[in-house]
Amino acid sequence: MLKRLLMGSALAAAMAPVTASADGHYDGVVINILTRPGPVIAGRIVERGAEFTEMTGAEIRVAEVPFAELFQKILTDWATGTNSIDVGVFASGWGVELVSGGLVQSLDDYIAADDKIDLQDIAPYFRDFNQKVSGETYFITLDGDFQMLYYRTDVLAEAGLEPPKTWEEYLTVAEAIHGKDMNGDGEADYGSCIFKKRNAQSYFAVQSMAASRVQSKGTAEGLYFDPETMKPKINNAAWKKAFELYKATGEFGPADELNQDIGDTRALAIGGRCGLMIDWGDIGPLSIEEGSQIRDKVGAVIMPGSSEVLDVATGELVACDANICPHAVDGINYSPFAAFGGWTAAISSTADDVKKQAAYDFLSYMNQAAQSNVDVTMGWTGYNPYRNSQLENTAAWVEAGFSQDSAENYLSAIKESLNHPNMASDFRIPGAQQYTGVVLDREVARYLAGEVTVEQALENIEEGWEEITEDFGREEQSAIYSLSLGITN
Amino acid sequence: MDQWLDKHMGRLFLAPAVVLILVFSIFPLVASLILAFSRIRFTGGGFRMRFAGWRNFDKQFFGSEQFHLLGTFGPLSIIAWIVGIAATVALIWWMYRYCRTHFTMFGFVGRLITFSMAVCLVWLFAGTLLNGRAFGTVGTTLFYVVIGCGIQFVIGTALAFACSQHIAGSRTFRVIFFVPMMITPIGVGYIFRMLADTTKGPFSGVWQWVGLGNWSWATDPWAARIFIVIADSWQWIPFVFIMMLAAFESVPKDLNEAADIDGAGKWMTFREIIWPQVLPIAATVMLIRVIEAFKIVDLPNIMTSGGPGIATESVSLQSYYAWRSLDLGSASAIAYILLFITVVICVSFFNLVVLARVRAKP
Repeated sequence: MLKRLLMGSALAAAMAPVTASADGHYDGVVINILTRPGPVIAGRIVERGAEFTEMTGAEIRVAEVPFAELFQKILTDWATGTNSIDVGVFASGWGVELVSGGLVQSLDDYIAADDKIDLQDIAPYFRDFNQKVSGETYFITLDGDFQMLYYRTDVLAEAGLEPPKTWEEYLTVAEAIHGKDMNGDGEADYGSCIFKKRNAQSYFAVQSMAASRVQSKGTAEGLYFDPETMKPKINNAAWKKAFELYKATGEFGPADELNQDIGDTRALAIGGRCGLMIDWGDIGPLSIEEGSQIRDKVGAVIMPGSSEVLDVATGELVACDANICPHAVDGINYSPFAAFGGWTAAISSTADDVKKQAAYDFLSYMNQAAQSNVDVTMGWTGYNPYRNSQLENTAAWVEAGFSQDSAENYLSAIKESLNHPNMASDFRIPGAQQYTGVVLDREVARYLAGEVTVEQALENIEEGWEEITEDFGREEQSAIYSLSLGITN
Repeated sequence: MDQWLDKHMGRLFLAPAVVLILVFSIFPLVASLILAFSRIRFTGGGFRMRFAGWRNFDKQFFGSEQFHLLGTFGPLSIIAWIVGIAATVALIWWMYRYCRTHFTMFGFVGRLITFSMAVCLVWLFAGTLLNGRAFGTVGTTLFYVVIGCGIQFVIGTALAFACSQHIAGSRTFRVIFFVPMMITPIGVGYIFRMLADTTKGPFSGVWQWVGLGNWSWATDPWAARIFIVIADSWQWIPFVFIMMLAAFESVPKDLNEAADIDGAGKWMTFREIIWPQVLPIAATVMLIRVIEAFKIVDLPNIMTSGGPGIATESVSLQSYYAWRSLDLGSASAIAYILLFITVVICVSFFNLVVLARVRAKP
């Protein structure tokens, strides 16, 4: 009995959330975290880790592997019982496969005992969707991700143009400003900058372009499959148009755009060489970094939309009306795409109890408003807003270097996207990385390179997705996909 | 005890090497063969594995990955038919001549394998490249092997021959020529990616000057392949150079002097005296390079990520990408296909080119 009481007391002490005192109650505990190479994402974990060590005694070790190998490393480590990783920081969508394998620790009990995380301050999309699988919380959000359209306010104003509302307008605006000197270096600059490199992030951009044509009935409609049959909704006129638009933007981009990843296009954007850009929330904070050519010259808006959307029955595009596009504004259907879903952290289910508690306390510490509201204002961290307090309060942004107007513009674009009832969710089923990172990515690259026609690319994707679905089990995939669409904002 | 040791000493000395080979070569080979016929899914508590028969191979040759490994096929053009039939007839004639002149059962089986591989590759190229369609990773890998190794051999041998002559400064150049080989392939990839950047690289001014400022090698399939071959050659020419330099320097000087006294010119001395002496080493160097070149993975991965499309993706890189997405069955199947191609081509090269030359020596 005494033993049980002692154990219960120890567990209760361990479950108490971290306080900012140097009590050293985790002395000797080492938490191994695996994520992508820094300084983006990893860098801030290291810095916050040092603070956490000072407060609690727990040592935070951050290991880094290339982005493309991250998920595999975590999955094989946890599945094979190697257990060299206690916490994985990755895309929330990948986590469903880990959860389905029983590899991730449920965090509901830890959250219930945590009075500092303030879950209600986290935007509903991330709180109820990104952090959860089948209603249970498995992940802690560190970064809120979805794509937006950025534009050069000075360049568009000079050309007498408004930010594009549709993808067709995007091409018109890009063409009109392409070749202008946008940073005063005497060189012609680019109307549009979108990452198109294979094995990088190009498959996110094409999904952003497809979303407003494929999904019109709300988040629950989904972008990818018929939830009942798991038949892919890919080989149709909506995706075809998206592929064609994506390729067409290359006319107004850098010559080597096919070999540019997000780092390359961001460097061009910050160097003042791009008129229009697609990116996650990072461009805003990066625009105020030292050396930026676009401080207070960049605006953000919700991703462009479409006046015609997919008729699933025929596979053709039909004009929007009140019934077909209930969320349309002025006849234009918008569907901001939650690309990647954000960097989230998960704790291995096989870690020992003390490590789990220490790991949770550290993740809670990073997620708490006191820390995260500062982190999201710094471009180099790679963290984008995901808490309401980060979106409502412009003071932190102004203090970080934004002008009041820029901060309001940036945050209003995020709010508009984040609260949109037709927000498109990224893949959140087992095999997510294979569906998109392998099959979709490869066919997009082949189409952009002219190896295949758009029709062939879409047929290949359909065939590849069917193979993956069969491999993972159609019924299981159907059930998880349906669940993943169950929550709307 | 001493007697026992004397009797078994040979085995005892061999044992560590045998164990190492078993653990690090044979076991992975067998394990990957099992994987090639399986489907694996990682899950809690380990992984689930099920027998998949030939499915992983079938997918590569006839299924959804055919375009990736072999290329995109279509109705053959006139040129493709002509080249395909001409090459096939030539290969049949070669087999026929062998059967009429030197027939042995062992040699026939070996040549039949070589013949089958050659016919398959001929029609692979006829059906894809000569047909105006994209070829797959097998074609790209063979391009790296044939063109890359050819360039490396010619330049490396020429440099080695030059340095084997007593020219002022040749010692300094020996060190300089050797430096690229000491850099990791990943480093070479990043260096060349940076050097060849037409918009931001150090030679961007040159690109602008020749009117290619708005052109990028990375977006053109053939230009991208050629740039990878250039980077690969930059790294591997030193290997050919150092091996051939040793070969040239091992040629007895008295043979050269005798040829000189007999009035042979420089070219005749090289052709009749030096080249036959270094030929076995040259063939071995080429063989090592060809085997290595089949495994090229770092440069296309770093410089282009296999793009544009799949234009620069090698078979090894395709296998790596499959492994990275945890499709271990496909990754192993692709690796075995590469192993088969490499073994057949290298053994054929050794038997039909190297041994034939060595046997033909007076």
